[in-house]
Amino acid sequence: MINAGELRKNTKLMIEGEPYVMLEVQFVKPGKGVAFYKCKMRNLMTGSLLERTYRSGDTFEPATLEEKKMQYLYAQGDEYYFMDVKTYDQVMLTAEAVGDATEYLIDNLEMDILFFENKAIGITLPNFVELEVTQADPWVKGDSVAGDSKPVTLQTGMVIQVPPFVEEGAIIQVDTRTRAYVTRVKK
Amino acid sequence: MAGRKQLQTRADLLFHIRRFFRSQGFLEVETPIRIPAPIPEAHIDAVPSLDWYLHTSPESCMKRLLSQGYEKIFQICRVFRAEELGARHLPEFTMLEWYRTGADYNQLMTDCENLLAFCLESMPDKDPLVYQGKRIDASSPWRRESVSDAFRKYAGASIEKALETDRFDEIMAFEVEPALGLDPVFLYDYPIEKAALARPKPEDPNLAERFELYIGGMELANAFSELVDPVVQAERFKKEEEERVQAGKKPYPSNEKFLHALETMPPSAGIALGVDRLAMLFAGAADIAQISAFTPEEL
Repeated sequence: MINAGELRKNTKLMIEGEPYVMLEVQFVKPGKGVAFYKCKMRNLMTGSLLERTYRSGDTFEPATLEEKKMQYLYAQGDEYYFMDVKTYDQVMLTAEAVGDATEYLIDNLEMDILFFENKAIGITLPNFVELEVTQADPWVKGDSVAGDSKPVTLQTGMVIQVPPFVEEGAIIQVDTRTRAYVTRVKK
Repeated sequence: MAGRKQLQTRADLLFHIRRFFRSQGFLEVETPIRIPAPIPEAHIDAVPSLDWYLHTSPESCMKRLLSQGYEKIFQICRVFRAEELGARHLPEFTMLEWYRTGADYNQLMTDCENLLAFCLESMPDKDPLVYQGKRIDASSPWRRESVSDAFRKYAGASIEKALETDRFDEIMAFEVEPALGLDPVFLYDYPIEKAALARPKPEDPNLAERFELYIGGMELANAFSELVDPVVQAERFKKEEEERVQAGKKPYPSNEKFLHALETMPPSAGIALGVDRLAMLFAGAADIAQISAFTPEEL
């Protein structure tokens, strides 16, 4: 059991039979009064947000989630298929469960797939993914009008801001947590 | 983690608080931090230390000093409260407490006004206080609102109904406190159930002579006209202990020496003020971490 006082960011808990991850806990306590925990949580199955206020003494069932290393195979419509690199078992995730991670899905990319009661419910991307620039305006040396960055399109269709010297065909590293350009990768 | 500027503000405040109380004829005392029997309060949990506890407030020892004939005493010390951690809470923080014999909570309200005025005079670059981008009008006298009026005005609720439905703390925390504004305000006269160490109001025994001071929307201090009846105090402790046990908490050993001291304690008033929050106010900090050298996560 998890006590309300132990709720922290990233705590995974069960609410009405569904797993949630804690996004934010605000501790509110009138000096002599009972402690309240104003919580913002995300449903790990549906992605929907839930705001609730709990009080000291409330307890929660921890959500037991399992993570497996898997490889991205392909997408068919709204279905995304992944393969366990050890057992070759395949699982499917809906576009909804994959969410914004579709921007990083390239063939053979390895990541953690989150399971709840043996059902795949979400993915945890590696912090950095390497992607190819498929469309970029050419860089004109000394062009000060263009500024410090320019938009480019990556192989997955994702558009991000990069330094002006990054050209078409380059492989760049992107931080999946911030969606930001990190560096150019030497081939 | 605080920067040098914030730590300087904190140090200046501690210095001027001491100057203020010494100039008013108060004796600074230090009482033990490790004690065998914390005061039982339903919603404050002491941190165990070997077979004793770290104090949650120096209250019991300071009141024992009053019963020994000290008339005006103050203390600045670290206190410990288990599991209190948030933007305005740390499990270890700095408390300023002061006690006066022959006085009631009205005198303490005046003390608060004088203390803040003294600190602002001594730190003219902080005058006027600006908190969350808004200027605070700290000129005396400060606004005074009874808890009963505040519940009606800000929450459309009566304290009787709130107590009946066990929603008193909830309404206080989420409806009343956010509506108080930033200027200093005293909320006074709490229901007797919510003031285990305060004396009942002579004209209404359902109310206790307790007040809380809010500045910048933050609860800054809690004060009582002290209860000095050992029999009533023992009954109230029993009730608080029962609530603790019901919540699955370990009961504290009874504090017979404290109860005994009440027999000779003159009518008095006492107050506890959170120094960290005062420093937040002076430093314009939204989070207590910003005025603390280290938070638990940084250790």
